[in-house]
Amino acid sequence: MAKLKNDVLKISSTKLKSRLIVGTGKYKSFKETAKAVEASGADMITVAVRRVNIIDKRKPMLTDYLNQKKIKLLPNTAGCYTSDEALRTLRLAREMGGWKLVKLEVLGDKKTLYPNMAETILSTKILVKEGFKVMVYCTDDPLLATKLEDSGASAIMPLASPIGSGLGFQNTENISLIIKQSKVPVIVDAGIGTASDATIAMELGCDGVLINSAIANSKKPVLMAKAFKDAVISGRNAFLAGRMKKNIFASSSSPTKGLI
Amino acid sequence: MAKIQLNGKKIAIKSKSTIMDLLVKYNLDNKKIAIEHNGTIIPKLKYKKKYLKNNDRLEIVHFIGGG
Repeated sequence: MAKLKNDVLKISSTKLKSRLIVGTGKYKSFKETAKAVEASGADMITVAVRRVNIIDKRKPMLTDYLNQKKIKLLPNTAGCYTSDEALRTLRLAREMGGWKLVKLEVLGDKKTLYPNMAETILSTKILVKEGFKVMVYCTDDPLLATKLEDSGASAIMPLASPIGSGLGFQNTENISLIIKQSKVPVIVDAGIGTASDATIAMELGCDGVLINSAIANSKKPVLMAKAFKDAVISGRNAFLAGRMKKNIFASSSSPTKGLI
Repeated sequence: MAKIQLNGKKIAIKSKSTIMDLLVKYNLDNKKIAIEHNGTIIPKLKYKKKYLKNNDRLEIVHFIGGG
């Protein structure tokens, strides 16, 4: 068991105990967000960068509800459609509190929220040059994943299916190819619908999963957060244990010797 | 008086106001925000020294929930 205890997720120099990273969008309230984050056991959560509300001075901020000694914030570039927008967002995030580890996503299409990979690769190169550690949302194309790794990405984050779709995996074989070839962590970022999808991701050998909609859009987000915590641990343990081989024919579990 | 654009909205401020004065006015904790002044990010240490002029464009951002 000693091996499992030391089983941490290392992204660049950041060590995480939990292999589940959760998003903080789409919740009903900051209170519900905080409860779901706690139930998930995640030690890293994604946040977006937006204008402050200057009309309502007393409006609370999400960060008021989170214990940042326990939970690391991962700034993202959600909603950015060009490299310039994404770079501007992350430079501001860095100024906010010295964040170097960031999540890059440059979107290409409003209907599918598929990433614009040309702009994504370009942004990754610039950010790495500026000293950022970049976790990159990408398509499940193994060739483009290699390009990202060569560009200095700290983690490859392929989609299982479109963001917020809840469709689960559309191409597990491609995800497996990316896992096999990558030297940096592979974290499935989008499209997970329910707990069993997260288990599949971990059994495939993913280093982690990032979940937002599947928890926030469930009927009971706090309970679903717990379900995902267990699912990720189960999947990881199954991966480390190594599954049995599949056979076409049956193989009885009880010995045949000594039958009466 | 000076007129500036704050987060896309036109507002009037006292002349010779600094960025820090504006943060106090809007009750904003400088640890939780970042600021862009006419397209350039301003380091936190300079908030007290940066004076605002007529037609300046200011963006003040913070972290919100996101996936």
